[in-house]
Amino acid sequence: MRIALFVTCVNDTLYPRTGQAVVRLLERLGHQVDFPQAQTCCGQMHYNTGYRDAATDLAVRFLRTFQDRAEAIVVPSGSCAAMIRDNYPRLGAPESRLRRVSAQVTPRVYDLSEFLVDVLGITDVGAYFPHRVTYHPTCHGLRMLGLGDKPTQLLRAVRGLELLDLEGAAECCGFGGTFAVKNPAVSTAMGSDKARHIAATGAEVVCAVDNSCLMHIGGTLQRERAGVRAVHLAEILAATEAEPIPA
Amino acid sequence: MSRTFLGLPPFGAASQTATTNTQLRHNLRHASHTIRDRRAEVVTERADWPQLRAAGAAIKDRTLRHLDHYLEQLERAVTAAGGTVHWARDADEANAIVTRLVHETGEDSVVKVKSMATQEIELNQALDQAGITAYETDLAELIVQLGDDLPSHLLVPAIHRNRSEIREIFASQMHRWGRGAPSDLTDDPHDLAEAARQHLRDRFLKAKVAVSGANFAVADTGTMVVLESEGNGRMCLTLPQTLISVVGIEKVVPSWQDLEVMLQLLPRSATGERMNPYTSTWTGVHAGDGPQEFHLVLLDNGRSSVLADEVGRQALRCIRCSACLNICPVYERTGGHAYGSVYPGPIGAILTPQLGLVDREVARELPYASTLCGACYEVCPVAIDIPEVLVHLRQRSANGSGHRLERASMAVANWMLADSTRFSWIQRAASAGRHLAPRHLPGSWGRAWTDTRNLPEIPAASFRSWWSSRTSSTSGTQRDDRHD
Repeated sequence: MRIALFVTCVNDTLYPRTGQAVVRLLERLGHQVDFPQAQTCCGQMHYNTGYRDAATDLAVRFLRTFQDRAEAIVVPSGSCAAMIRDNYPRLGAPESRLRRVSAQVTPRVYDLSEFLVDVLGITDVGAYFPHRVTYHPTCHGLRMLGLGDKPTQLLRAVRGLELLDLEGAAECCGFGGTFAVKNPAVSTAMGSDKARHIAATGAEVVCAVDNSCLMHIGGTLQRERAGVRAVHLAEILAATEAEPIPA
Repeated sequence: MSRTFLGLPPFGAASQTATTNTQLRHNLRHASHTIRDRRAEVVTERADWPQLRAAGAAIKDRTLRHLDHYLEQLERAVTAAGGTVHWARDADEANAIVTRLVHETGEDSVVKVKSMATQEIELNQALDQAGITAYETDLAELIVQLGDDLPSHLLVPAIHRNRSEIREIFASQMHRWGRGAPSDLTDDPHDLAEAARQHLRDRFLKAKVAVSGANFAVADTGTMVVLESEGNGRMCLTLPQTLISVVGIEKVVPSWQDLEVMLQLLPRSATGERMNPYTSTWTGVHAGDGPQEFHLVLLDNGRSSVLADEVGRQALRCIRCSACLNICPVYERTGGHAYGSVYPGPIGAILTPQLGLVDREVARELPYASTLCGACYEVCPVAIDIPEVLVHLRQRSANGSGHRLERASMAVANWMLADSTRFSWIQRAASAGRHLAPRHLPGSWGRAWTDTRNLPEIPAASFRSWWSSRTSSTSGTQRDDRHD
């Protein structure tokens, strides 16, 4: 299958290893990955903060870049995938060209975990990751995309991986995009509770499908010297005995 | 006499203070998790919950679409049953009507059934200015009133108090309002309830006028409906001679068939009960049975303008169950007072600014009092997409004054992201200077992050530069797909 990767601006700039992991994983599974270089950002931050016009500009850029490009557009971020699939259809005027193109493109957009489980129909991707891991279901993946247990199905099939239950898993980590800096006290209070629950599992690694949430959780864990690291699901699924990810 | 929300700081400042109040944090964590778990249990046992929820939303939407029709039908039915209907455009009109009606009875006090509508219009303060004392009879409202406090939850207004704080309030304040608490009062819930029962029983037997709200008003029969747990509401609804009900115009439901759906949705979502202990319904007046005079005050107070907003109008579906407050991770850490309004939590963040209940400054910050995690939408029994309305209201806020710096930052971000070549140059510059990146950022947003959280390390190369070097070294067949 010909797959286009929308890596997202956050992964592109700050977490290139996640994008590299997606490429390695999908190629290992026998698929061709394309990275349309005109891509930048889905506009989620603008949209969620109240800047609909700016978000619309970025949505137009995304749609132009990915229109007619591939059978599937894979996004290693639950919230960016949700922005595109749930919110793009609300942009533009009814009957506008934007709405029409949006209706064609957005159903082909998948978060990595749902692409693997629903589209490719696989849960065992041949990964090896000999670590104790706990999984944090990020809000937009859980409640907007309805990922359910797809990410944990994938994790359970990873050899060597011990998956540990997280208390209060479905509760937000407190990131919320600009919420983290507009209401830092509440954001920190939520992040601190999330970090405490993660540490209590005894895991070495907390895993999620979204690096922006992991930036918040990981930044909190690091500041607290909690001894747990944050790793994107793609990196765990890409890891093998021959090519482990650096600790 | 009683405090008001007027003049409280906006959410940002108020929530910062609230998060440092350890007693409040403990009380809220305990209470909200208890109710949240109970709700989850009784909702999960209904396999048809999604259908019930869809029906609830559809009934409310249909009613709101034909609100003029159903309100006039309600007025005719109430009048035919011997009641009198009054129309109030805003809080001042509603307060003036109630004050006049109480004056006409010659009484100088009223007993009150727990009611959000009368909180919204600050009826108690208006009555007080007219020399009329309003006595709250809902246990939690009593705690708030005796403590000269403000409600912090739609359903459990004293949720921010624990039982030892309640004992303090009863012991020191109850005698000022009527029958005092026993001198050996403990913080045992039975003791506290008994003290309140004795205090209120006196009040019920003397009361001549009661003021209530209503959870629902059934249009075709003119019936008011109140759901409660204590029975104190029923005392107020049945013992006095005169009953005045102040009801928001969005509370109308067309028929008892529609009510049936709501009576399944509300108790499960609100208190996590299959059925609430007391459901009182009354239709006009009946000779020799209950109040002999009944007045219905239909309150607009901004609702018509909410109805005119295509996205925002879904907030009028709200049946005040509080499920969104009880699940909200933000509310759990700030409590209700931080929202600066009688309507706190996620629903308050969309209802308060739309109804225009608070100052512009407070209203402007409320839509940002959420991470958009969506838990509120998931539990809402009438499927109000609260995150959608929050984002909608943020669009309004962002265009107003006070967002200049933020607007400028967003414009810069957009400039960087509008062109992939430009974006890639900025990434390269960041990577080149990565060792110079400070651990603590300047500026209010920068400090807000780095005061409590580490920053991610800037990588040596972005993904796109890795991709470029990879494709140029492996194939050379890469096609130039930039269109900027």
